[in-house]
Amino acid sequence: MIPAAFTYKRAWSVDEALDLAAQGGEDAKFLAGGHSLLPLMKLRLAVPETLVDIGRLAELSSVRDEGSYIAVGALTTHHDLATSGLLGQELPLLAHAAGEVGDPQVRHRGTIGGSLVHADPAADLPAVILALDATLVARGPGGSREIAAADFFHGLFETALAPGELLTEIRIPKPAQAGWAFQKFTKRAIDWAIVGVAVQGDAVALVNMGQTPVRAAAVEQALASGAAPDTAAAHAADGTSAPEDINADRGYREHLARVLVGRALAESRSRS
Amino acid sequence: MSILGTRVVRTEDPRLLTAGGTYVDDLRVPELAGAARVTFVRSPFGHAMITGIDASAALAAPGVVAVLTFQDINDIPPPPPPPEGGPPPGSEAAPLPLGGVWQEPLLAVDRVRYVGEPVAIVITDETYQGEDAAELVSVDYDPLPAVVGVGKALSGDTLLFPDAGSNIPVDHAAGDTAFEGCDVVVEREIMNQRVAPVPLEGRATAAVWADGKLTVWVSTQNAQISRFILAGAFGLNPDAIRVVAPDVGGGFGAKVGLDRDAITVAWAARHIGRALRWVETRSENLTGMTHGRAQRHSIKIGGTRDGRVLAYRLDVVQDTGAYSRMGGFLPTLTNLMAAGPYDIAHVEAGYRVVVTNTTPISAYRGAGRPEATAAIERAMDLFAAEIGMDPAAVRRKNLVPSDKFPYQTPCGATYDTGDYIGALDKVLAGAGYDELRAEQARRRERGDVVQLGIGVASYVEITAADADGGETARVEVHDDGTAMVYTGSSAHGQGHHTAWAMIVEADLGIPMAKVTVKHGDTDEIPLGTGTYGSRSLQLGGVAVHRANLEVKEQARKLAAEMMEASEADLELNTDSGLWQVRGDPGSSRTWADVASHAGAEGLTAFVHYTDGAPTFPFGSHVAVAEVDTETGKVTLVRHVTVDDAGTVLNPVLTEGQRHGGIAQGVAQALLEEMIYDADGNPLTGTLADYAAISATELPSFELLVSETPATINPLGAKGIGEAGTIGATPAMQSAVIDAVSHLGVRHIDMPTTPARVWAAISEARNSQ
Amino acid sequence: MKVSMTVNGSAVTAEVADRTLLVHFLRDVAGLTATNIGCDTTSCGACTVLLDGQSVKSCTVLAAQAEGREVTTLEGLAAAGGEMHPVQQAFHAEHGLQCGFCTPGMVMAAVSLLAENPHPTEEQVRTGLEGNLCRCTGYHNIVRAVLAASGQAEGQDSQ
Repeated sequence: MIPAAFTYKRAWSVDEALDLAAQGGEDAKFLAGGHSLLPLMKLRLAVPETLVDIGRLAELSSVRDEGSYIAVGALTTHHDLATSGLLGQELPLLAHAAGEVGDPQVRHRGTIGGSLVHADPAADLPAVILALDATLVARGPGGSREIAAADFFHGLFETALAPGELLTEIRIPKPAQAGWAFQKFTKRAIDWAIVGVAVQGDAVALVNMGQTPVRAAAVEQALASGAAPDTAAAHAADGTSAPEDINADRGYREHLARVLVGRALAESRSRS
Repeated sequence: MSILGTRVVRTEDPRLLTAGGTYVDDLRVPELAGAARVTFVRSPFGHAMITGIDASAALAAPGVVAVLTFQDINDIPPPPPPPEGGPPPGSEAAPLPLGGVWQEPLLAVDRVRYVGEPVAIVITDETYQGEDAAELVSVDYDPLPAVVGVGKALSGDTLLFPDAGSNIPVDHAAGDTAFEGCDVVVEREIMNQRVAPVPLEGRATAAVWADGKLTVWVSTQNAQISRFILAGAFGLNPDAIRVVAPDVGGGFGAKVGLDRDAITVAWAARHIGRALRWVETRSENLTGMTHGRAQRHSIKIGGTRDGRVLAYRLDVVQDTGAYSRMGGFLPTLTNLMAAGPYDIAHVEAGYRVVVTNTTPISAYRGAGRPEATAAIERAMDLFAAEIGMDPAAVRRKNLVPSDKFPYQTPCGATYDTGDYIGALDKVLAGAGYDELRAEQARRRERGDVVQLGIGVASYVEITAADADGGETARVEVHDDGTAMVYTGSSAHGQGHHTAWAMIVEADLGIPMAKVTVKHGDTDEIPLGTGTYGSRSLQLGGVAVHRANLEVKEQARKLAAEMMEASEADLELNTDSGLWQVRGDPGSSRTWADVASHAGAEGLTAFVHYTDGAPTFPFGSHVAVAEVDTETGKVTLVRHVTVDDAGTVLNPVLTEGQRHGGIAQGVAQALLEEMIYDADGNPLTGTLADYAAISATELPSFELLVSETPATINPLGAKGIGEAGTIGATPAMQSAVIDAVSHLGVRHIDMPTTPARVWAAISEARNSQ
Repeated sequence: MKVSMTVNGSAVTAEVADRTLLVHFLRDVAGLTATNIGCDTTSCGACTVLLDGQSVKSCTVLAAQAEGREVTTLEGLAAAGGEMHPVQQAFHAEHGLQCGFCTPGMVMAAVSLLAENPHPTEEQVRTGLEGNLCRCTGYHNIVRAVLAASGQAEGQDSQ
């Protein structure tokens, strides 16, 4: 299967990318690694008229230590995240989770920015940056703005980005609590998570338990009020609206969330 | 020393590893230069009336050569009339599609009966134009209620073929009379789910008509059968048709014969007078290629409290999909093999065939026999659980003992040779069964989250079921000392080129490197059958062996003439490949010498070898699974097997067949299922959703050796292509259930996904 | 649009439609048909090639995205003299292929895997090949081949 016809434009700078996107209007899309967008286009579930290839914007592909936070360029591939020494040291949760995305080929091409902007609640990294309280930097025709991860995911495949706005960087504060864990429950290694859990300290985020990645607020509250991890984990499904599909009904997903949060908290504490 | 039985790596590989194979989409032959591309327009509805087709927008699109519908198919003969008295009696005799009211059109007429059913074809100059234009073909559908699942089909509330008056083309339900005198009787309804074969290469066909001759390149297991199907479809003499099977990227039964869409492509090539090529997409493949299995089993088993099984009943409902292609035939094999490897006095087996609004069912690795094995192995486990006996012990007590061969079953099969108890004992020893049970007990005692399950399955299967059809071979020895084998069999990964060359080397002393094997081109090999039902070595291989012997006798005469000796004194040294006079090693003639002497006639022999009866490979598998009782996730940690397929010609190839078979069997037990919603929409229509198994989900396999020669053929060979699947599926399923049996779980339908396992655990816990 | 790239060491330039996928560029423009297409959803890995040395699924890369880059396909793996690459040799020796359709992608995935992890464990080989489906071999001999190609003794004897 092949995508419907479109016009391909290659950008050599962020400014040029924004210009090209503006010219393309509503039917323009940015193309990074293409591992969220191209599969949809091949199934003709997405039919953009213009693709603005931002893949050459080397300025967006870096992992930097900025003192209090780590700056991750939006074009950094999953593979580069997973093998980054700096991330391994400072943000092992992100490095580890990036190594669990898709398969090696996908990780060679797919980018963190692409994954976040695609906003699939079954994806791994959206929940991870939620647990890490990251800040997302977007640039549009009117300049840059910062968006808290908690405000970024608006719905199924929907984000806070305006049309023509480009995610350029993810700023992740160095965690105050060292313990972390990432639990991804799948039928097969290559599958999307049926349920996933990202834990950093006492922050807990869930994969595929709603229309967006969500923080397990009830778990975090229980922990904050001194509950033991096991007790807190029992609240993992509180307030969620898990989807139903061929892999799991809601009840099973909720059960998995409780089990996996329990395991993730135990694992996290063993690392702290 | 003979090369037979030794480990020989494949001669096929260097080309496949450096240049890649030449599959239909890779063909760059002159006849296909400028071939246009075929794209099918397929039904997006499970069941609907077609009220109109408007191709005008598509016809106006760039590169569109033609858009063809059923109305254009007015230039080939209608399908043959149904057998007298309607379809049922004839349909069990042969794997033929049903005719009459159940007839399947090449392109839908006024009703579509499954998602993926072909409605029209679009022909474009370029590949990329096809998908664009196909989207522009406007088909008006009036949706109808869909029939999904055998229960709904049996109810008859909605009919797929109103003229037929029912959804049941064949009804031979099993009787239920044999359970008197049983202390214990267990009954259960189980599903052998619908799976997709997923050869990595999907369906593909190229066709050209030139000078009154049709040439078709098709990804098939059977070039010669394909030729006869095309001859029938077009009312042509087979001589006017050439079918070529180039490299074929896997078949697994779904490429037996000729796919109907290939007939459509060949028809269209003549209709518009242009070379055409069609290569389906994977999404197309998952609904357009036939599926496999899809049987509901009602099993009933009875016996004594000390573990002797006295009676068994298997009633099959075969979901044949929207059209009965091979669906009327598969359950006859299930019935034939219903008794499994057990000596059971009373066995009753029967079946019904129902149509549903899903993809048609046909052969898939094992084709009716894995279903039989899965059913009786589940029955054995249920019986063992009911009387509280070890499942391996129950099997051992009921397996056909070695002194009873040949063994006639109540189902009509005659098992030729075997050592069923020996195979079970060997696999139990190899797996360390007692230690596994001890480890299981320790985990249960501790209440571990991750429990251990041990699945034991014994099986017997039928290979070369159509042995009387046989297989052909022609062997030539040339004056340069090389040999050529033309085989009617057809390889798509099995390694025929290597195996057949080994047989030549063993018989004639011509080294493998000088032997070329050809297959799959009906111009070179007009007569042949091809590959299915694990028949190749025992029929096609033996045909090569027989042809070798004929060539050898021809050569003996010539060599005797050349060396002025009596034929009786001539002997062939198969190590050196030299003809010598007994007692006079000093003088000799090479094959090149003898072939040169043969003159124009050459050294050549053609053999159509037939066996009088099928063979019955057998074995036992042990699967060891870990089950996370908090999540339901299953991990296969070990898989140990004995697969006895008679004398092994090349262990490398045999092991490869076993490995692949085990993986597909495990995949059915754990992961794979083609799922439809109630409207007939496939929910597993891409490889992102259809859970084909990967390396990550599997361990290395532990294969144990057992060789009980077949006596019916000179190679002692039985089939091995499907055995792994047949044994592995029930062993794997059993291991999952065994891991949680102490919690009260007796059965979990396949695939034993995490959700199903968790549900079974929850249900058992809640009912205690 | 015009696209240029280096394929197996040779420059290839062609005018193609913007939407041309890399796999079609390789098969139809460069004439290298070893790379196969096995699915529509970036699932099967049959189309795996190396892009600047890393394995990618060429069905999910636009030809335009490979502009100016280096692509290696199965055909470019053997040495100039024709001697097979150690991974190719190992697949042959270990019977790591049957029908051959997944093989080009599987071999390229294995080459990339070993470039990143020259001495993988069996488990690392299995997870490293999670993006490549094979329907024939059950993966057993593929895993042995990759381990053998890494210079390690084979995973375990099958007998």
